This record gives sequence, structure tokens and C-alpha cells, in this order.
Amino acid sequence: MDGNMEHFTQTKSSARADAASAPIKVDCQNIDVYYGDKQAIEDISLQIEDRSVTAFIGPSGCGKSTFLRCMNRMNDTIESAKVTGKIFMDGANINDPSIDPVLLRSRVGMVFQKPNPFPKSIYDNIAYGPRIHGLASGKAEMDEVVENSLRKAGLWEEVKDRLPAPGTSLSGGQQQRLCIARAIAVSPEVILMDEPCSALDPIATAKIEELIDELRERYCIVIVTHSMQQAARVSQKTAFFHLGKLIEYGDTERIFTNPEHGRTQDYITGRFG
Amino acid sequence: MLETFGHLPVAWLLFAVLAAAAFMAFYVGRTQAVGIARGYTSQLNSQPNYHGYFVAMATIAPAAVILLIYMMFGESLVRAQFASELPERIRALGDLELGQYIDRISEHATRRDATATGNALFDAASDRYTDLVGLSRIAAILLAVLAAAGGFFFGRSRLSGDFRARARVEDGIKFLLFLCAAIAILTTIGIVASLLFEALRFFSRVNVFSFLFGTEWNAQTGADFGAIPLFFGTFLIAFLAMLVAAPIGLFSAIYLSEYASPRVRSIVKPILELLAGIPTVVYGFFALQFVAPIVRASATWINGLPFIPDGFLAAQPTSALAAGLVMGIMIIPFVSSLSDDVINAVPQTLRDGAYAMGATKSETVKQVVMPAALPGVIAALLLAVSRAIGETMIVVMAAGQRAQITPDPTADLTTITVQIVALLTGDTEFDSAKTLSAFALGFVLFIVTLIFNLIALRVVKKYREKYE
Repeated sequence: MDGNMEHFTQTKSSARADAASAPIKVDCQNIDVYYGDKQAIEDISLQIEDRSVTAFIGPSGCGKSTFLRCMNRMNDTIESAKVTGKIFMDGANINDPSIDPVLLRSRVGMVFQKPNPFPKSIYDNIAYGPRIHGLASGKAEMDEVVENSLRKAGLWEEVKDRLPAPGTSLSGGQQQRLCIARAIAVSPEVILMDEPCSALDPIATAKIEELIDELRERYCIVIVTHSMQQAARVSQKTAFFHLGKLIEYGDTERIFTNPEHGRTQDYITGRFG
Repeated sequence: MLETFGHLPVAWLLFAVLAAAAFMAFYVGRTQAVGIARGYTSQLNSQPNYHGYFVAMATIAPAAVILLIYMMFGESLVRAQFASELPERIRALGDLELGQYIDRISEHATRRDATATGNALFDAASDRYTDLVGLSRIAAILLAVLAAAGGFFFGRSRLSGDFRARARVEDGIKFLLFLCAAIAILTTIGIVASLLFEALRFFSRVNVFSFLFGTEWNAQTGADFGAIPLFFGTFLIAFLAMLVAAPIGLFSAIYLSEYASPRVRSIVKPILELLAGIPTVVYGFFALQFVAPIVRASATWINGLPFIPDGFLAAQPTSALAAGLVMGIMIIPFVSSLSDDVINAVPQTLRDGAYAMGATKSETVKQVVMPAALPGVIAALLLAVSRAIGETMIVVMAAGQRAQITPDPTADLTTITVQIVALLTGDTEFDSAKTLSAFALGFVLFIVTLIFNLIALRVVKKYREKYE
């Protein structure tokens, strides 16, 4: 971690990252989010490392999903939402008015709580992003993008014979992996996952977790989850949110074995939440 | 006494009596249940109120059935009895004239301020008729009272601690609701049956195929009954209307559901739906007074252009185009309101998914929202088409009367509905081919709109299965 980053982490002790090795991909500074008059996020600053998995945990309504949605400016689509503060991604502030949120979102993929394949074929679901961003020229290249994305998402073997079938014909776990493949297809740098396994059974969940573990070698992944075990299994860093505030942030191992805050301790041991 | 009853506005009286009987029965039933419980109402299977409702139901239901039967058959019974008492020479008249004679007497008899006409036979008959009506009413009321009393005692005899009054009341409510639904269905069946019956009478005189596929229509002279020009006019005007309504309605629905801020939406949507509340006759004025002259002037102008042969466009004072344009405006709210509903029903997660891929708003609408909403939008368009086909007033006022087949939209065309109106207004005899042809047309119209509605419903159902 360079001196610059040190400066930010020292401004808020509770947000200090533990000994870090990877470079910082996303640097959030003093983020506030309001829904109308209600403040959903209060002055959160944290740095997210590249090529690792960062888990956001906390009780329902603590603002972790809202904070996640700041990173690809999805809150722009909500009329009443207002975001202040700076989020640097590779040195550029994505909240700057000069940043086109549409282009930003091609760099920051997102996977949602419920699988939401488009009303299109499996092939077209994957090809959708590359098409609108002009990432593939010609049919052969597009076929390659689709195959690669499906392979990375571990879905290729299961669907290679029925690419023209509608995306909605897959099972829930397959649909979610299709959505991950769709996000990967535009070669994003960051992938945001908002409770990606909450609608899935344990077997499908295990597959997604395995996939997340593989993907972290190439991408910066941020995952919101309600499952302590999942956070412990897949993430390297964990951030605990409560009532719109960041309570504690650090190495997952330390958070789960030796949390600094009583609140964190209570939450991860199931005494409140 | 009989005469008094003959003149009584009996419906209100009966209603009051029934209500009073129900109230009394409820009170008695409730009191009896309280008595059975001896202060421990929790021991009862059903609470005292339900016993009360049960006795009230048992009291009214039989009486209501008898009164209903009286309402349906009472008058024909009176008329049959009355006809049999008339002198031989009047009875010798044909059915039709006899019926008209009795109509006159009954009209005179039921008028409260009726005075003697001086015609002794007529006056006597009128008095007798009043008496017969009174007699039938007394009989009906007595029967109803007897039935109510029987029901009342039957209901009371059933009450006990274990009696499941709640379940019986539930059955009664279920039956009442079923009855209301059945009335709607029976009415539809009745309408179809009457249309079908008259249409069959028409087809016994005119060949079905020459009606459905004939190209000459001269119903007023009773000469030709080839309905193709009417079908053509109907579909051309509906097509023109959809050319206006489909894009405008659909695009305004997309604007309202995807682009408009809640504030704009809350203002624009009610105004748009206000269009649906304008009486069609007002649209008719608008078409005739405002749009038709513009269409005619434009057509004349086009005819005057160089290289356009004289009389290229018909440029009539009433035209298919004028009617079609205004009808299109009229059905915009149908398209927009229904499409708005289905577009809103597309899950927000789909939009989020597209936005998160870096799609713009219009890309999201075009490639994700519309494909998902398409079945519902198609259903909305089909319902709008069936509305356009059945629309009457605008075409009566602005489309014209001439049955012709021409692709020129500035010519005056006629439609199925216009011809039905023309055939059934004024003095008509109900057994000529001319009049009966109106029923045949109505039947065809009904079948066509029914098919459109059925397809629309099927499409909507399929769509719903997909998203729930």
C-alpha cells in the first residue's frame, strides 16, 4: 500500500484496511447517499483491492446494497437517490459529471439477487453487452466471446447444445451463472454481486462460490451477502455495515476470528441482526 | 280491493315487506341461539348472529323465488286468462292483432289517471284487466308469505348447539355470488341466441355464401345482400384507425412508463385517459365538422398537382380517412393504458440488468423491456382493433353510406355498424330480409370481435404464466 492510500485509511480508523498486498482498484471517499430526506449511507470511505473478493455483510437495511450500487452508479436510475463523495477507479472519480454512467457500467459488471436473464436466447443474453458496446466484429468473433464467457462462468458444457433456447428455460442456478457470464462478456474490471445466491439452493450456491473463487484471479469482485459462512468462504476482505455506517473493515480471517468491534462480534455470532 | 292492488307500485312494497321479514327472522333466530347457549355462546358451533342470518336466509329465499317467478311469468299468465275471457269475435282476430288489442287495454288499465273512454266493451275490459292484475298480485304475495313462513319455521327447527350455521351462511353467500356471475353469463348467452336466431331467419331467405362473399350491397331496396363491401369498409377504417392509434398509443405508453417523471406521469396519464371518456358522438362531430373538410381539401389539392390525373382521389365530403383518423384518436387511450400496464408489469430487475450492462434507456426499452412486454402489447392492440371494428357513431357520422370497394381512403365507404343503424332506424318491419340482414351483420360483427378478444385473452394468459 502506498503512502497516498495510507493517508485515507488513517482518517478513519474503523475503515482501516489490514496489511494489504494487492493494489487498490476502487477507492471510495466520504460517500453519503440520500433517498429523499432519508440518509441511507453516512460518510463511508473504504478501499477495495484488485483481484480479490471483498464481502459486504450486515443486517437488512444497513446500506450495503446501496453502497454497492454506488460503484456502478446504479443509484442514478432511482429518481429520489442522491450520492455525494468521490469514488476513484484507476485514478478517475466516477461520480464526476464528465463520466458517462453507461460507459462506466461496461467496466463494472453487476449480478443481481434474483437471476434476471433477458427475454432472449442463451446466446443473445451473452451477446447483448458485446453487441451494444461493439466488442466483437463479425459472427465468428462473437461466437468466441460467447463461448469464452460461458466457459469462464462454468456453464458452457451444460448449454453448448442449446444456445438458441430462451435464457429463462434454464434452472435458477444456471440462470445466475448465465447472468455472471453475461457480465463477464463485456470484459469488466470490477464485478459487483448483490446477494447472488439468495434465490438458489445449496448445490447451485456451491457452484457459484466455486466460480467466484476462480474469477477473482482476473477481476475485482465485491459481493453483498447475508450468509456469514459464504463471506468467510469466498472473500479475502470483509466490511461490516450497520445503520448506514461502516463499522469494521479488514481481512476476512481476522474479522471472523478477532473482530475489533463488539457489534461485529455480535453480528457474526448471530446475537443480533 | 282488487283494483287498488292492480294500481299499486308493488315492487317497493314487496321489497319493504321482505326486508322487514328478514330483520324479524334474524332477530328471532339470534334470540333462539342465545337461549340455546344459556349464556355460554362459546359452546355453540356458530355464534348467535350466524343463526340469525341463517333463519333470515331461510325466510327470504323461498319468498324471493316465488316473487321472481311471478315477475317473469305473471303478466303472460294474466294476459292468457284475460284473452280467454274476451268475446268470441275479438278472440277470432289473429294473434298479432289480439296482442295489440291487449297491449292497448293493459296500457289504459295500468294508468292511474285513466278515464272512461265511452266504449263500453273497452272500459269493461280495462276494469277486468285491472282486477286480474290485482288478483295475480294478491295471489303472488300470499304465496310468498306462505313460503316465507314455511322457510321461517324450517329455519328455526334446524337451530341447535351443534348446528353449523356459519357453514350454511357461507354456502348462501357463495350461491348469491354465483348468481350474480351467472346473470352476466346468461345475458351474454341470451344476446348471442337472439342474434343467432334472427340471423338464421335471414339465412333461410338469403344464401349464406352470397351474403359472405357477394360484392353488391343494396339492402335498402332488398335486392342485393353481398356483404363484402361492408367488411372491406369496416376493416379499411379499422386499419386506418390502428395506423394512428398503434404508434401514438404505444409510444406514449413507453414515454409514460419509462421516461416520464412521476410528476409528469401523474398529470399526463389522466388527461390521456380522459380521451376515453369523451362520448363517441362528440368524436363524430369532430370528424364530420373538422377532419372531413380537411381531408377533402387535401385530396382536392393533391388532385390539382401536376402529373396527377383528374379525379385521382375521390375527395368526398365524408370519407373513410376522416372516420379512421378520428377513430384512431379515440382508441389511443385503449392502446396506451393497456400497454402502460403491461410495460409496468415487466420486472424492474430486467431493466436493472440491462442498465448494469451499460445499456442506454432506449436500448433497454427496445431490446429488453419491449420483447418482454410484447405479448401484452399485442393483446392490447387486438382489443383496440375489436373496439375499432365495433365502433358505430363516428362512422355513422363521418364515413358515409355508399357500399363500395375502393382502396382510396378519401372516398366515402360504409361499414357493418353503419348499415345496421341504417337498416334498423325509422319504420321497420321485423320480418323482411332487409331488417333481418341487420341481425346477420350484427352476428358476423360479434363473431369477428369475439375472435379478436379470444386471441387477445389467450396471449395475455400466456404472458402472465411466464412472469409469475
